[in-house]
Amino acid sequence: MTDRPIRVLVAKPGLDGHDRGAKVVARALRDAGFEVIYTGLRQTPQQIVSAAIQEDVDLVGLSCLSGAHNTLFPKIKQLLVDEGAEDVVVFGGGIIPDDDATLLGEKGIEAVFGPGTDTRDIVTFIEKHPRFNGRFE
Amino acid sequence: MDAAELVEGVRAGKRRPVARLLSLVEENHPVAVEALRELHDATGGAHVVGVTGSPGTGKSTLTDRLIEHYRREGKRVGVIAVDPSSPFSGGAILGDRIRMQSRSTDPGVFIRSVGTRGALGGLSASTADAVKVLDASGCDVVIVETVGVGQAEVDVVRLADTVCVVLVPNLGDDVQAVKAGVMEIADVFVVNKADLDGSDKVHAEVEASMSLGHPDEDDFWWPPIVRTVADRATGVPELADAVAEHRAWAERTGHWHTRRRQRLRRQVRDLLHRAVERFAFSGQDPRDDFAPLFEAAQHGESAPQDVAARILDAFKRS
Repeated sequence: MTDRPIRVLVAKPGLDGHDRGAKVVARALRDAGFEVIYTGLRQTPQQIVSAAIQEDVDLVGLSCLSGAHNTLFPKIKQLLVDEGAEDVVVFGGGIIPDDDATLLGEKGIEAVFGPGTDTRDIVTFIEKHPRFNGRFE
Repeated sequence: MDAAELVEGVRAGKRRPVARLLSLVEENHPVAVEALRELHDATGGAHVVGVTGSPGTGKSTLTDRLIEHYRREGKRVGVIAVDPSSPFSGGAILGDRIRMQSRSTDPGVFIRSVGTRGALGGLSASTADAVKVLDASGCDVVIVETVGVGQAEVDVVRLADTVCVVLVPNLGDDVQAVKAGVMEIADVFVVNKADLDGSDKVHAEVEASMSLGHPDEDDFWWPPIVRTVADRATGVPELADAVAEHRAWAERTGHWHTRRRQRLRRQVRDLLHRAVERFAFSGQDPRDDFAPLFEAAQHGESAPQDVAARILDAFKRS
């Protein structure tokens, strides 16, 4: 038996076409030894949740630069809960004002990473998450 | 979820149990072994179709179009999309889903991305098990998509009932590049991107390479060559027809059972291999009580053959 690598779905909900950030994060997570499933641009919340369930991911990372994060991120979290996948960790990034980040936190988005984030901070957030029970310490 | 719950969920075709069991299968978890044993009687119904070819030949797009085609026929479709893991970090970016969006929220489609994880010997074994999970969950067709380079990938695609080898024009001497191992396993050749210049040349090269063979059976299967433009879904019904004809031929001539018998043997061999390996090693390291044997061989006091023999003795007594 081998410990499987952490699996993360990196997804782009909403209508903006800027996936540079998502790709940088995907690359950094791969280099940290994670398996990253990337699904491309302009995904609906339903598409993202459907992929998250089928891929049995530990986390879903959402990137949104269109300003629709307040609607889309909680919607995705809610659909995961509806599917019985409330244990899947949801985090996000993009152009997200601090006040919104707080609001998203209350709705179950466990972390928000803005522009200029060191990708190592994202890796640390994941590895230190209680879900992994100190496996990476 | 324990094995019984997983088995019940998979039999009912529920997505979360299927997804969970696929993860456990990949880890080679004892619960997966138990669940697979329970599910065995529900397997065998799916037509397993391999799609292989060099990177960039359009395998994922073609798979997407096949999904679309089979869904219109009312068939349930499962997909195992294998992508390479980084040999350095062990991580992977699995991007096949980007091209498989036509039916992304269709409950009759289940797509799973798999990284090769460097566990080369284990890849074909765990993929075979993953196929069985999708089969048992009620899929009529299970597509296994993988890059056709190297022995491990060839082993993976050999677990298919029907193997499609995808070629494209202008990849240099493409037929040469994929010739070793892959050309022989093709049941159907696909010349994708057939709207590009050079597709006639690839077509001719495949025909030429086949003409070198000397079939000694009357009912020899000559792999058909199907031309597609996956991007525009051109040629996809013809491809599906060719896949179905191969199945009909295989069932008529007994090759279907021959191949499944070989697959069963290979699977038992893989299971034995894994059992002995797990007996001797934990992860990359030898089991603690065997470590001195390795140590002795390291210092030249014994040979690797002695180490293996001692471990096998212990295995027989266990």
